Amino acid sequence: MNPIINKLLLSLCLLLLLTPVGFAKGVYQSPEQFIQKTIGEIPKAKVLWLTKKDKTIIADILNHRFNRLRIRYWQKADNTVWILDEIGKEKPITIGVHIQNKQIAELKVLVYRESRGDEVRHEFFTKQFNLAKLTNDNMLTSHIDGITGATLSVWALTKVARLSLWLNNKALALN
Amino acid sequence: MKKTLIASAIVSLFVSTAVIANDESQELRDIIKQQQEVLKTLEQRLDQTEQRLEATADQIEMTNTSNIFSSTSIGGYGELHYNNYEDQDAKIDFHRFVLFFGYEFSDDIHFFSEFELEHSIAGDGQAGEVELEQAFVEININEKTSSKVGLFLIPVGILNETHEPPTFYGVERNGVEKNIIPATWWEAGAAINYKLSGGLALDGAITSGLNTLDANIRSGRQKVAKATAENLAYTGRIKYTAINGLELAATLQYQTDITQGGADLADDAMAVDKADATLLEAHAIYQVQDFTVRALYARWDINGDEANISGRDEQTGWYVEPSYKMNEKVGVFARYSEYDNQAGNDELTKVKSTSVGINYYLHESVVLKADYENLGGAKDSKGFNLGFGYQF
Repeated sequence: MNPIINKLLLSLCLLLLLTPVGFAKGVYQSPEQFIQKTIGEIPKAKVLWLTKKDKTIIADILNHRFNRLRIRYWQKADNTVWILDEIGKEKPITIGVHIQNKQIAELKVLVYRESRGDEVRHEFFTKQFNLAKLTNDNMLTSHIDGITGATLSVWALTKVARLSLWLNNKALALN
Repeated sequence: MKKTLIASAIVSLFVSTAVIANDESQELRDIIKQQQEVLKTLEQRLDQTEQRLEATADQIEMTNTSNIFSSTSIGGYGELHYNNYEDQDAKIDFHRFVLFFGYEFSDDIHFFSEFELEHSIAGDGQAGEVELEQAFVEININEKTSSKVGLFLIPVGILNETHEPPTFYGVERNGVEKNIIPATWWEAGAAINYKLSGGLALDGAITSGLNTLDANIRSGRQKVAKATAENLAYTGRIKYTAINGLELAATLQYQTDITQGGADLADDAMAVDKADATLLEAHAIYQVQDFTVRALYARWDINGDEANISGRDEQTGWYVEPSYKMNEKVGVFARYSEYDNQAGNDELTKVKSTSVGINYYLHESVVLKADYENLGGAKDSKGFNLGFGYQF
């Protein structure tokens, strides 16, 4: 191909790719929409304060330290909703988890900020978490098949699923 | 009379008792009223205390979590290798020390970079290199489309874009992706990613091309170091990930002239035939429970007399790698691969490799590795590799 045409093509592509065409960030659903959709209303948020022992268990689930003092959640009867952030490779993924009768009713990626690995937001992947419960050693009862190239994001979602179930059990015990 | 007196006394007693009772009731009402006011004040103070506690917790958590929502992000990975093959000196090498730096200009415009030191020491006479492997700005155009401009990894193969040590088996990267693709392979240019519904994604890229007069693919990488950009490369990839555990992908790349105008060299003795080239790569990854199999095929077809004479007009490779994750800590694998950078000739240039090995995860992001490799064909050797790697 003529080098001049090559350079023209490259310049044109650069121009097109750098032109803002109405950006839209990777927000797939707001937390409020997720709560409304899953439990039909947005009740006043409850607060679960975490003890030192709780944080040790959470750190074990997440495989890293957890610095928060408390976690907000939304409850209606035996339904709870948790909105949690967990880092995939570099950026936090915001994940909504709806739990009913101590098992996951729905898990959804609400905001995805990483540049790769966003396959985890698709329903074909997240539906694997449906009906998952927590075992005695805080693992999921369901096997989650991974996605190559999105390993860290898969781990992030799996950890949040386990954490939400554990938090749900703790919140219900305190009620 | 007596009765009247007694009755009067009783009435008087009741009246005085009632008066006393009334006085006590009033006193009690006053006390209750005071206590209600105290309770109300205490409730208000409790509300204020809760608000202050929430505000304090918010502030502490904001401080604690500000790092993960910071505009700047830092990550990295590294790997140390020990290689011991027969008829070769054993070697130990901190093969890669990599740092990622990213910056979020806005929700839709991100910068990402990968800075690498290979083989510990770089400089004149040293074995190592300092390399900029990625430095691009990515723009989210809409929910389904993003583009990037800068220096980025070519969307090809399994390891080229995802090569952090805990994500793959084997101490060294496999020979097919190293010598045929050739990973790690980055170029400068512009790319676009479009996500169709149902787990189908398309990538397209226009980038700088290879620069080699003798069709040596790996050494033809210019690494975007004052690279000749007379002749560009066009890459397209289709990737399907809609079934849990399955990835199917194929990449087609066309290089307009990998000699970068070698036919136009002023010195006729050095001039070579124009060589356009096509790379076809396809791979599949399937994970069922704890069992995973990876398979990849790659092939170059290169035109031009020089490539034809040397047999490098055709370069092919493939591998299949089953693995089994025994538990969270331990995974084992086996791999058979063949590659030939001179498949166009009749000589014995094909390399065959059989490997078995183990990954032991100290942490999900820290891995110890060991493997045994038996080389056949053009390379006749065997040996073992040990290594450790990490990512964060």
